[in-house]
Amino acid sequence: MNELQEVICIICPKGCHIEVDRRQEPWEFSGNSCKRGPIYAQKELTAPSRMLTTTIAIKGAIVPRLPVVTSSDVPKERMMDVMKALAKTQVDAPIKVGDVIVSNILDLGVDILATRTLERISH
Amino acid sequence: MKARKEYDVIIIGGGPAGLAAAVEAHARGLRSILIVERENQLGGILLQCIHNGFGLHEFKEELTGPAFAQRYIDKVYELGIEYLLEASVTMLNPDRSVMIVSKEGFVRYFAKAVILAMGCQERPRGAISIPGSRPAGVLTAGAAQKYLNMDGYLVGEKVFILGSGDIGLIMARRMTLEGAKVVGVAEIQRQPNGITRNIVQCLHDFHIPLYLSHTVTRIYGKERIQAIELSQVDENLKPIEGTEQYIEVDALLLSIGLLPNNSLSEGVGIALSKATKGPIVSNDLQTSIPGYFACGNVLHVHDVVDYVVAEARRCVDGVMHYLSNQISEERHIEVTAHTGLHYVVPQSIKPQTLGAKQRFYFRVKSPDHRVKIQIFADGMLIKESLKSHVVPAEMEYIEVDINDAVRQAQHITLALHKEEA
Repeated sequence: MNELQEVICIICPKGCHIEVDRRQEPWEFSGNSCKRGPIYAQKELTAPSRMLTTTIAIKGAIVPRLPVVTSSDVPKERMMDVMKALAKTQVDAPIKVGDVIVSNILDLGVDILATRTLERISH
Repeated sequence: MKARKEYDVIIIGGGPAGLAAAVEAHARGLRSILIVERENQLGGILLQCIHNGFGLHEFKEELTGPAFAQRYIDKVYELGIEYLLEASVTMLNPDRSVMIVSKEGFVRYFAKAVILAMGCQERPRGAISIPGSRPAGVLTAGAAQKYLNMDGYLVGEKVFILGSGDIGLIMARRMTLEGAKVVGVAEIQRQPNGITRNIVQCLHDFHIPLYLSHTVTRIYGKERIQAIELSQVDENLKPIEGTEQYIEVDALLLSIGLLPNNSLSEGVGIALSKATKGPIVSNDLQTSIPGYFACGNVLHVHDVVDYVVAEARRCVDGVMHYLSNQISEERHIEVTAHTGLHYVVPQSIKPQTLGAKQRFYFRVKSPDHRVKIQIFADGMLIKESLKSHVVPAEMEYIEVDINDAVRQAQHITLALHKEEA
């Protein structure tokens, strides 16, 4: 593992390049211009996680895709697994924004929530 | 015979600017409001922006585009505000009548005031004239986004993206998640055009290369795009001979900038700004034709939707003032952007309609740090504000206290002043 690493902070638009020296405990951080930087860099190097947004199939609505979001961050390396699981998911309209589409997906402790309301329409 | 269709305010566009303007107009007591939307649903472009990060200013939480739109759509339903879907405005008239084609036929609607909220569109291939054939598979990033997120079609499996605008970056991530291979993103400038968060989370996360100072110099393919030629550019943005790379792709997405949708505005003779490509407005967001107001991306391209809805509310302030006063002959103080600034909105202020404070929105011409934004009334410095970090991709503002010096001025000017190290 690299003992010297660089992390670009995304907390604010400044985008500081933070140098992380992992040769001693606690790690040393430089290049950040505020104290939020090291906290972000620490998390990014130990347990990077992301919110995931995608769409799933919906039947009986004005559009064939329902946009969804994870209820909280998922580990970065599990994003593709969540995508695969959702590729098979399908719901029927009506759906309301905030509805739980899948609860506790892949036992990650995260729900999949609808991000728009789609009424049932008759063709 | 059909009754004459008459409204206090007609809002053209059912995206975030139009919806927020309608909700605000209702809150201010107007009951005769019509939203005109050309799509078959309200919400505008936000419906296809399924990523999150919207609403931090407005709602103090991170929403996806559809969820942000849903809040305004639900309010419009709840308040019983009238709207017309699948309706195209074909012409605006100086008397504030609006020609609309819809299921009701071709009808002239009358309004006391019209709010322009038609948003913007992406620059297409023609805007940058890439040589080569004209096959299928070359489309704007936003078009690819709509196909994928609303209709469920992936437009390619081996994709290149030209331009590092945020929509392109977000599509790089989105298409990768859906199983496509994004082979690269090219940016003609030396620095990326999108925000750092998107560079990190959309490109670095998926190991997608970003080619700075590069552009696409040729498109190959007859029926379908087969490949692109990528070249490095010099400091004058001209391709450098001998740097060509041939890259096989089946789709090329363009993310090369946005332009306000102002063909209707131009048709009625509303004066447009060369810098913003949107209408020239005064501080009440009124255009050069009385009774026509503008807000959102049709006025100037915003980077955050929260600012769009805030602007829509300010626009309704202007409409309310106009409806209650009907003064048309007001003195305008011209506002212009000078050194280092690309534009300023509004382009004029009317002393009679000014509140205690006035904000001026602007964009800088190039990235910089430690700069002062200065504002002058007839050459006299009235306010300056230090910015530690500015980039053209981010709209900024400066707020000024309105005093007699401002009210009596002939010209207000804004300029960027570089601090000497």
